[in-house]
Amino acid sequence: MHLGERAGLRPAKPMRDVFGEALLALCRDNPKVVVLDGDLGNSTRAELVRQAYPERFFNIGIAESNLVGVGAGLAGAGFIPFIVSFSSFLLCNAYDQIRLAIALSNLNAKVVGSHGGITLGKDGPTQMGIEDLALVGGLPTFTILVPSDPASMRWAVRAAAEHEGPVFLRSSRVAMPHIYPGEHALQIGKANLVRQGDDLTIVACGIMVAAALDAAAELAEQGVEARVLDLHTIRPMDREAIAAAARETGAIVTAEEHLLHGGMGANIARIVAEEAPVPMRFVGLADTYVESGDPEALLVKYKLTANDIIVAARQAVAAKRGGRP
Amino acid sequence: MVDTQQAPIVLTCEQALKDKARSLRLDALEMTTRAGSGHPSSCFSCAEIVTALYFSGILRYRPDQPDWPERDRFIMSKGHAAPLLYAALADAGYFSRDELPTLREVGSRLQGHPIQGLVPGVEATTGSLGQGLSLAIGHILGGRLAGLDFRVYVLIGDGECEAGQVWEAAMAAAHFRADRLTAILDYNKYQETGPISREMALEPLAAKWRSFGWHVEEVDGHDVVAIVAKLEALAQVRGQPSLLIAHTVKGKGVSFVEADYTFHGRALTPEQAARAKEEILCT
Repeated sequence: MHLGERAGLRPAKPMRDVFGEALLALCRDNPKVVVLDGDLGNSTRAELVRQAYPERFFNIGIAESNLVGVGAGLAGAGFIPFIVSFSSFLLCNAYDQIRLAIALSNLNAKVVGSHGGITLGKDGPTQMGIEDLALVGGLPTFTILVPSDPASMRWAVRAAAEHEGPVFLRSSRVAMPHIYPGEHALQIGKANLVRQGDDLTIVACGIMVAAALDAAAELAEQGVEARVLDLHTIRPMDREAIAAAARETGAIVTAEEHLLHGGMGANIARIVAEEAPVPMRFVGLADTYVESGDPEALLVKYKLTANDIIVAARQAVAAKRGGRP
Repeated sequence: MVDTQQAPIVLTCEQALKDKARSLRLDALEMTTRAGSGHPSSCFSCAEIVTALYFSGILRYRPDQPDWPERDRFIMSKGHAAPLLYAALADAGYFSRDELPTLREVGSRLQGHPIQGLVPGVEATTGSLGQGLSLAIGHILGGRLAGLDFRVYVLIGDGECEAGQVWEAAMAAAHFRADRLTAILDYNKYQETGPISREMALEPLAAKWRSFGWHVEEVDGHDVVAIVAKLEALAQVRGQPSLLIAHTVKGKGVSFVEADYTFHGRALTPEQAARAKEEILCT
């Protein structure tokens, strides 16, 4: 059974392909957009721009610090740089450069971290971006976007360019099924309701939105109606939608392809604790590095599947009914 | 467009340039003494370099239009010399000199190290060393795309050359044949904890840069007229970026600061500052 099948979602092409095409379309429409590559354009698909607009594509080589700095300089010269490489390399190698040249300067620059999460083929933990959201979370001026399907990726690429200021966009190597039919207008900072329900709320981002919908479909057969929110914007986080979910459904499960420490769920918990404390459970990576392997097998081994969400949902609902946290 | 844009201040006589450098040095001394912290000796070593850039006609700028697309860029990569940069920007007309005494105070725009976007004329956020040259390359590439002919000047420190990013950028600038880029190296021979030759040897420095594809010249970094002449000549270099190694003295102008590298990261006491002021006035 493929991801999204239980929820009736159509399979789609890999997210990096969608990203590359969306970036190309953006470059076609906006001559101010320039693309900076850390010699991984073939992997991230940023290379599509190189073929069509070679004058606006710069391979800065295997030197992430310089890559980010050059991108920031281009922003200073009035362009809108999309700095694209693996999430892990950009944020871990060039964090200081992103912090000073982009975040502190509140620059209109876009950082695209590809190969986010653990679903990137068999390259292993050195290449995985399992801490990218936590790291970019430490840069207060950054807007953080995590698309969950092709339509939301196309939206996110345009939204990043239209938003004045630093944006981090997570891209992925893996295919995520269609959550949204055709084009879909999302809004930065506004969580998207993808399934109605009153028994609990599953808040998810990225690939876990499809897993959440799969889980919700099975939970419904057991008489539990889950609300599902696609939290495509990690910052600014939609306080209102989360508070409403806590008040109206009384239990929350979060699901993310990221470390639990400093990830989406931890930040949702902060809002829930302040606005409407209810039982919560968290699906994500416990304090661990992942290993080489087939992405689907890794998702199972590291407990990032619809089944894991279901287990968490049952616990959260039981706690709610039992009056426990 | 208004036709009353402010133009750069251009001092043509040698004495006026020397006076300007002296005045910037005094400003940096007063600002850091008042703040009770800062890096006065790192400011003193580059006073003539910054004077040459802003006040001899080298830099093209409009202080009332800090974002003028055609402006030449100056990036202070050694961000700890921020007080000197602020003093130069104020004198150049970007903001009032009345603001200078607010350095490092709560609510001031004049942060301990420069923040882009906060102060008009500050082109880059610097303070974590090694980053300025990369930004300069971005400006150069952007200028090319936009069809603008501005030049980019970057002031880098010598200790800063220990950072890997400097060499990433050095390689890239040559790769992109960034001949509108001139870096000036404030070679005062000291880093925070001691002489560079002892802490992390840089020599042969000129040969390193040449091997990375740069056109390299050297100059007495306290001879402002010589600096101007070298910068004018380097603007004629074609096909490769250029570096001016400016041999300087850390703490230049104040004998007891020149003699004690530990002044790198601390201000002078008011008593020391009074003596220093007299020495600077006598130079």
